[in-house]
Amino acid sequence: MAVTIPEHGLPGHLVDFVGALRRHGVAVGPGETVDAAEVVGALDLLRRRELREGLAAALLRRSGQREVFDTLFDLYFPPALGVGAQEIEVPRAATDDGSEGPVDVDALRDLLADLLLAGDEEGLRELARAAVDALGTAGATGTGVQGVNGQPGWSAYQALRLMSPETLLARILDAMRQDGDPTDDFTDEVRRREIRDRIARFRKMVQDEVRRRTAEQRGREQVAKTAVPKQAEQVEFLSAYAEQLAQLRRTVHPLARRLASRLAVRRKHARRGQLDMRRTLRRSMSTGGVPMKPAYRTRRPGRPELVILCDVSGSVAGFSHFTLLLVQALREQFSKVRVFAFVEKTDEVTHLFEPGAELSGVMQRVLREADLTAFDGHSDYGHALGSFAEFWGEAITSKTSLLILGDARTNYRDPNLAVVRRLVGQARHAHWLNPEPRRQWGTGDSAAHRYADVLPMHECRTAGQLADVVEALLPV
Amino acid sequence: MKATQSPLFGSVDEVAERLEGVGYLASTAVATTVYLADRLGKPLLVEGPAGVGKTELAKAVAAATGSGLVRLQCYEGIDEARALYEWNHAKQLLRITAGQGHESWDATRDDVFSEEFLLPRPLLTAIRRDDPTVLLIDEMDKADVEVEGLLLEVLSDYQVSIPEMGTVTATRKPFALLTSNSTRELSEALKRRCLFLHLDFPDPDLERKIVLTRVPELPQALADALVRTVRVLRAMELRKVPSVAETIDWGRTLLALGLDTLDDDAVRQTLGVVLKHQSDQVKASAELRLN
Ligand SMILES: Nc1ncnc2c1ncn2[C@@H]1O[C@H](COP(=O)(O)OP(=O)(O)O)[C@@H](O)[C@H]1O
Ligand SMILES: [Mg+2]
Repeated sequence: MAVTIPEHGLPGHLVDFVGALRRHGVAVGPGETVDAAEVVGALDLLRRRELREGLAAALLRRSGQREVFDTLFDLYFPPALGVGAQEIEVPRAATDDGSEGPVDVDALRDLLADLLLAGDEEGLRELARAAVDALGTAGATGTGVQGVNGQPGWSAYQALRLMSPETLLARILDAMRQDGDPTDDFTDEVRRREIRDRIARFRKMVQDEVRRRTAEQRGREQVAKTAVPKQAEQVEFLSAYAEQLAQLRRTVHPLARRLASRLAVRRKHARRGQLDMRRTLRRSMSTGGVPMKPAYRTRRPGRPELVILCDVSGSVAGFSHFTLLLVQALREQFSKVRVFAFVEKTDEVTHLFEPGAELSGVMQRVLREADLTAFDGHSDYGHALGSFAEFWGEAITSKTSLLILGDARTNYRDPNLAVVRRLVGQARHAHWLNPEPRRQWGTGDSAAHRYADVLPMHECRTAGQLADVVEALLPV
Repeated sequence: MKATQSPLFGSVDEVAERLEGVGYLASTAVATTVYLADRLGKPLLVEGPAGVGKTELAKAVAAATGSGLVRLQCYEGIDEARALYEWNHAKQLLRITAGQGHESWDATRDDVFSEEFLLPRPLLTAIRRDDPTVLLIDEMDKADVEVEGLLLEVLSDYQVSIPEMGTVTATRKPFALLTSNSTRELSEALKRRCLFLHLDFPDPDLERKIVLTRVPELPQALADALVRTVRVLRAMELRKVPSVAETIDWGRTLLALGLDTLDDDAVRQTLGVVLKHQSDQVKASAELRLN
């Protein structure tokens, strides 16, 4: 399908598009913009899917940026204007005068069920398009829902409520069972998940279509402002949803590797390795065979050791999932990792983080099995850090990196700075990651500033910030 | 470098057709980016999970265009001597000893730093070839960060300077394809040098076709059931989700065992082919009601 060529010319339009990407957190440099222009020149603009892939190849640098890109691409390079060419006819109720009546919702649902059963992506997309249009202009039978003041009104909520695709699941499953495939529990479960997935995709098609039509009406910038999804890196840990958490998980893992390799690089630079005869000889070639400049073998970077102390109290509940992800990812990167959790007291929980352990249950186990509370279950940093130093203080050696995760909210209790100072002195490096916005540090019962005097504290609310922390931690 | 190097492909469709001709089924994204990488003369960085066909793509481009494939397999600790070139020290020492007494040092030196004593490694090899070449730099993320600097130099000017010999410039730009499983992020500078392709699992239609090209004896209906089941497995939170390679293996296994429907019994017998970790098998069996 062709793209609609904008009225003010392609180059200007491309620049607008790049601007929109930048506003939504995709860093596009001038070099990439030039590449994008070359891409536009090399492709056939009548082929929209190729243009989409080509521009993505020139403008994006990480897979996490793709969702934002796709949403904006649809707004800036819409496939067609208005409802477009219709292949699918939305069923309507009869009217006396023969004009287009309101949508017959039952018949529409039958059509939807057939397409979902067949898994016909193109058909479903067409239906989403036609249904949004018909419901927005003519409303549905019996509901009288329609655009206000004769203006059509596009609403994903309304369209999805009327069609309610979820309620078609049982019916579609029955139809599949009658197709003569195996009827065991397993096959049934696979089908159920498949249909659920198709329904979820259809919902998204409806939402995309509404966004596109609204953009035509209200201008794309207006729509882009509210409707473009956040990238995983920008989602705040304290308020992430399940799906975003899954994305975060994919983001955090490589970050942990990077953090580990940064720490390793530091070690590599720190010491000189053994004499490398082969390279020394090679260098000596240019000095008549006299070895003037000895070459040293660089050490294979040893895997550093890590101790993680994490606050798992209620005030950082949203953060703790991130904590778990990070801890687990780090575990795989360091030769020796010990993990401690604290609320009022500290306890070791390393054994709960076996590589590959199922994360969903770990937090409950930490809270249930570890000995973390004494009186009221509110965090007591001073006491917790003190008990750590007392019982596990020897875990921190000159080879250890110490990482503390928490909001530094002490419930107005003694922060025990002396003990923190001692631990930091013992460790090779020490860092504190705080999930609270920096401007809240030091307010109320937060001892963030006081701890930040003792060791570097980093605001770490999103995976993007974590990436920055990792970048800045140890310049290579 | 010749400014007018004739492109390998005439259109995006032609890319797809010719790749299919050598058994590689390209999505729109793949065909488009391969076409552009060739047209714009930029390296293509292909990133994605293991087993989605990254390495295979480079091989297919080489086969489809009759180019030679030069492969640099990266690993932790790979260095210039392994990636670019190295002098054959043993041979040089022999030569020096042989020349002692009846030859000036200058003459000896000029001789031992000549072609005869040079051991070209993949990057230099690719740049010196006169024939069409696909340069595959595989699993870039495994190499240390320092190697990226080296690559950046080579991929910017397509030239290599050998202090003892001078600069070698490509007479023909190779088609360069880098792959990464994203176990770490590559540097921004290197990424900017490349066109970027995130290769993910193929959509069901494409995957079915891939399976059927690789296992042509597999009945259509079975291929369909396989692909659908694998998609469900991929949607689960597993330690290692099955890739295209596993779907293909699964098809082969079912065929070998003479199983012609993918019911619970067949899956129980063969789940180990698609899920490599014991814990994933346990989890999938429980969630998909195999127990
Ligand atoms: N698009 C495709 N067309 C044909 N075969 C494919 C395709 N994608 C993957 N494969 C198959 O999957 C296997 C794994 O691919 P490979 O290139 O080794 O994966 P990666 O390098 O991404 O880890 C290959 O042996 C190949 O047979
Ligand atoms: Mg590979």
